[in-house]
Amino acid sequence: MTNKKVKVATVSLAGCFGCHMSFLDLDERLVDLVEHIQFDRSPLTDIEHCSSDCDIGLIEGGVCNSENVHTLREFRKNCKILVAVGACAINGGLPAMRNHISLEDCLNESYVDGIGVENAQIPSDVELPLLLDKVHPIHEVVKIDYFLPGCPPSADVFWKFLTDLLAGVEPSLPYELVHFD
Amino acid sequence: MNKSIVIDGKNVPFEDGQTIMQAATAAGIYIPHLCHNPDFTPHGSCKLCTVKVNGRNCSACTFPASEGQNITNVTQELNDDREKITQMLFVEGNHFCPSCEKTGNCNLQAVAYHLGMTDNHFPHFFENREVDASHPDVMIDHNRCIFCTLCVRASQQVDGKDVFAISGRGIDKRLVVNSESGLLKDSDLEATDCAAHICPTGAILIKRTGYKVPIGQRIYDHSQIDTVTLANEGASHDE
Repeated sequence: MTNKKVKVATVSLAGCFGCHMSFLDLDERLVDLVEHIQFDRSPLTDIEHCSSDCDIGLIEGGVCNSENVHTLREFRKNCKILVAVGACAINGGLPAMRNHISLEDCLNESYVDGIGVENAQIPSDVELPLLLDKVHPIHEVVKIDYFLPGCPPSADVFWKFLTDLLAGVEPSLPYELVHFD
Repeated sequence: MNKSIVIDGKNVPFEDGQTIMQAATAAGIYIPHLCHNPDFTPHGSCKLCTVKVNGRNCSACTFPASEGQNITNVTQELNDDREKITQMLFVEGNHFCPSCEKTGNCNLQAVAYHLGMTDNHFPHFFENREVDASHPDVMIDHNRCIFCTLCVRASQQVDGKDVFAISGRGIDKRLVVNSESGLLKDSDLEATDCAAHICPTGAILIKRTGYKVPIGQRIYDHSQIDTVTLANEGASHDE
């Protein structure tokens, strides 16, 4: 293996950061991992935008607003391998359970009619990304190369997947590591 | 001399009247399926059990075994088709495994695991389907129904009732309940009915039994559906 480290970018779109927490469950294996990888854009580094030569992009969460779409496209443009991590990235997950409720009803319930709401108003600051009418899995927006199912995928899933890639073999998960829940 | 068919190069004995599925299961060969259950009349609708019989695609659960059949079951092509069918079932309904009580015990999920399916490939429908929680002991979550008709058959063939039916055709088909209101509470269904327990997914669930077995300790968390199915259905065929 050459000395050049593999660049990994990560992001949570419409997710709960549970997949990132699960990634951190690699614990002491992270020490081994950072011998071979360096983090690029990621909530772990606070780097705001992807370098143009990222090797792996790990995407947690589905696509629920306009900013998610831009972020996802930035990752696709700059990462050689793009990976859907967790149930929400793969099928929309929990946030997609709003999909059978109209956006107007969702916003009214949260900001106007909900119990305990004071100074009721629907947020409309220009800084806020516009919500999409439905939450979408990321493969509906950009081409995805690999999928790591689970809510969240266990640390062992990340480990097996990344070590396979680093070893230059086609990643595969044994039965025990594949869970949709 | 026993009659036999050939499945993936292996001689498999059969008796007259047996389907390919029955002969295969008795011989310890798993053919993926969802709408088939050996206790009920085959329905042949899910098409997961499609095998090639002398080069032609046939549903193993309905196709009679007969001399001279050379059958392929485990091939890349057939399993790719099965994976696509399973993905279509996932995007047509709303299958959110992390929030479903059936996860780990679900045949739809287990077939997906078996086929190595990690994504849903197709765009999701996100169709609005109802939940009927009107019955005191049983609930239906239509989001998870795959129209296998096992509840329809169980109600008719085992319970001697006629609680369920499939209404509509093609993409408009849906599970309906035989009661004036259309609600489960006004039907003849009881929690002890076979129809209340036969659902391969989490569409029909018994109330107040949720999470008795924790996630992680469920059937398919550690065992593949081929092993589980052959253990269960192999015995059923032998009766």
